[in-house]
Amino acid sequence: MSRIAACFTELKARGRKAVIPYIVAGDPGVELTVELMFTLVEAGADIIELGVPFSDPMSEGPVIQRGHERALERGMRLRGVLEVMTEFRKHNEHTPVLLMGYANPVEHMGHAQFADRAFASGVDALLTVDIPPEEVAGLNHELRRVGMDNIFLIAPTTPAARMDLIAKEASGFIYYVSLKGVTGAGNLDREAVARSVAEIRSHTSLPICVGFGIKDGPSAAAVAAVSDGVVIGSALVQRLADVAQAGGDDAAVLAAARDMLSDIREHVDGNVSSAA
Amino acid sequence: MTIDLNPLSFSNQPDADGRFGSYGGKYVAETLMSALAELEAVYRQLSEDADFQAEFDYDLAHYVGRPSPLYEARRWSDEIGGARIFFKREDLNHTGAHKVNNTVGQALLAKHMGKPRVIAETGAGQHGVATATIAARLGLECHVFMGAEDVQRQSLNVYRMKLLGATVVPVTSGSATLKDAMNEAMRDWVTNVDNTFYIIGTVAGPHPYPMLVRDFQCVIGREARAQCLAQNGKLPDALVACVGGGSNAIGLFHPFLNDETVAMYGVEAGGLGIETGQHAAPLSAGSPGVLHGNRTYLMQDADGQITHTHSVSAGLDYPGVGPEHSWLKDIGRVNYVSANDEEALAAFHKTTRVEGIMPALETAHALAYAERLAATMTPDQHIVVNLSGRGDKDILTVARLEGIEV
Repeated sequence: MSRIAACFTELKARGRKAVIPYIVAGDPGVELTVELMFTLVEAGADIIELGVPFSDPMSEGPVIQRGHERALERGMRLRGVLEVMTEFRKHNEHTPVLLMGYANPVEHMGHAQFADRAFASGVDALLTVDIPPEEVAGLNHELRRVGMDNIFLIAPTTPAARMDLIAKEASGFIYYVSLKGVTGAGNLDREAVARSVAEIRSHTSLPICVGFGIKDGPSAAAVAAVSDGVVIGSALVQRLADVAQAGGDDAAVLAAARDMLSDIREHVDGNVSSAA
Repeated sequence: MTIDLNPLSFSNQPDADGRFGSYGGKYVAETLMSALAELEAVYRQLSEDADFQAEFDYDLAHYVGRPSPLYEARRWSDEIGGARIFFKREDLNHTGAHKVNNTVGQALLAKHMGKPRVIAETGAGQHGVATATIAARLGLECHVFMGAEDVQRQSLNVYRMKLLGATVVPVTSGSATLKDAMNEAMRDWVTNVDNTFYIIGTVAGPHPYPMLVRDFQCVIGREARAQCLAQNGKLPDALVACVGGGSNAIGLFHPFLNDETVAMYGVEAGGLGIETGQHAAPLSAGSPGVLHGNRTYLMQDADGQITHTHSVSAGLDYPGVGPEHSWLKDIGRVNYVSANDEEALAAFHKTTRVEGIMPALETAHALAYAERLAATMTPDQHIVVNLSGRGDKDILTVARLEGIEV
């Protein structure tokens, strides 16, 4: 069983929902990334989503775009992300990590080489925003060969017929993009998300996690209540960048990450009043 | 417009998945996949609809001013002393470039799909102007994304777009040029996909764009082919066009692809010289990858990051190229070459002074290569150069480069 499948089995047994923080590898600091991952796990992350910096992150809003730019300026590339993973796995064998990025760095490394190197460094899954199921055959062949999961997005614009196509190629979990737009945009409509998640469930038995538009504990709790997990991206990237840019040292950045994720964990677990 | 039913191998691309050989495809976020499918279905239906064709042909004749002339550059050809050079005068189109052929077509699609809002990316501003123009005529809301650096170097076109009622959005992310404008247009589209039609300006992007932009631009080559036969009694020996994304080039080349005797040259922007790495010539010095929805030749580094480009012409300053060009390169049907900034500027002055035709700096790259090519040929041979745009927009750039205050 893959780490991700095991993770959701365990969560289900305990009646919990997945909390999945997203950070851009190398932001707000290259050396800080591994420490940040440990901190997020300690603060309650079930799975970590690690952004692979790309020069042209077409689906990202301004917050994560700037995260990619900062990471690239510091020299973080796909190869560096795999080094971060190797380091992380020296101390954590348990927490699943998925890489989220764009097609070209993976294409450039080559599907087979990417699969071998990513798996060897302890990566569990890949989410490439710009590789829809129609284009994924070659890549998926290699990911399956090494036993890595491929996470796919389903959007509010995805018709039922495409859900079957996506479910056929996907493994690990389904990532439901809760709104039309780029990362960090807009506000969530909980009822609409609930309806969409229910619709997706009729096409797949995979867990369904929801991202885009989750800003804080209450919005995370609202979405977690109608899905299997939540992804927190832009709000976290923004918070860490704010602390770093205000002159905060590594300890301050880690503390901010811990505070934010702990708060989200508590809300998702229902340990605080939803009126909070 | 007619759909090309020619069964020969060069003209039956792309396949059902939008692929030209291994290039093309649909590499976009899931949110856009159903919009692309809808666009493809509407386009396939309308491209066989006689009323739609008549509407498009009417607009090309009465609004754009087609057919554009095929003009023999006698004085310049005499001076070179080699092949005779003919200009396909796309600069005489309404708005001054070939871009309008495509925007007229796509705006008609937007109208038929009931989309009240159009967006576009632009580099030199020609596609932005052509989009703003047709949006004004059809009463569509129009937003044009333009790299902040290009907003500076193409200020005249920025003002033209504003006069036409468009909102020009300067893009400061990345290198603040055409590729970043395209990123931003994609981000807008993914957010406003319900009411927005994205009018892509070149033969790049996800399927069906490379196909439908090509089909709309093929009027250039169809006219040129008929004009060569009527005026000269024979097909040309060579075609030359500049290639950024490659829409004017594919428009000229495509109707000739099955004419084996016609050689073709796509001229990329050599910038400061291919050897310096400061250029915008992915077919000459790049490698295949995935960007902006399609697999194609790209300028990229050892980690698959897209590298910054350089060209004196904003319209060629793009790290990718249309996927059909990548395929035509690999199969050897078209030769892809380059002309650098200096050669393009020299050609700009040359055709202005010798023919009284001031070309766009993009077009000047094609002219620079045509001059080189013509010198190796004989006076009984003919070259058709796509005079893809006029140079008024570049006057300030040229003056600045030469230290002249206007």
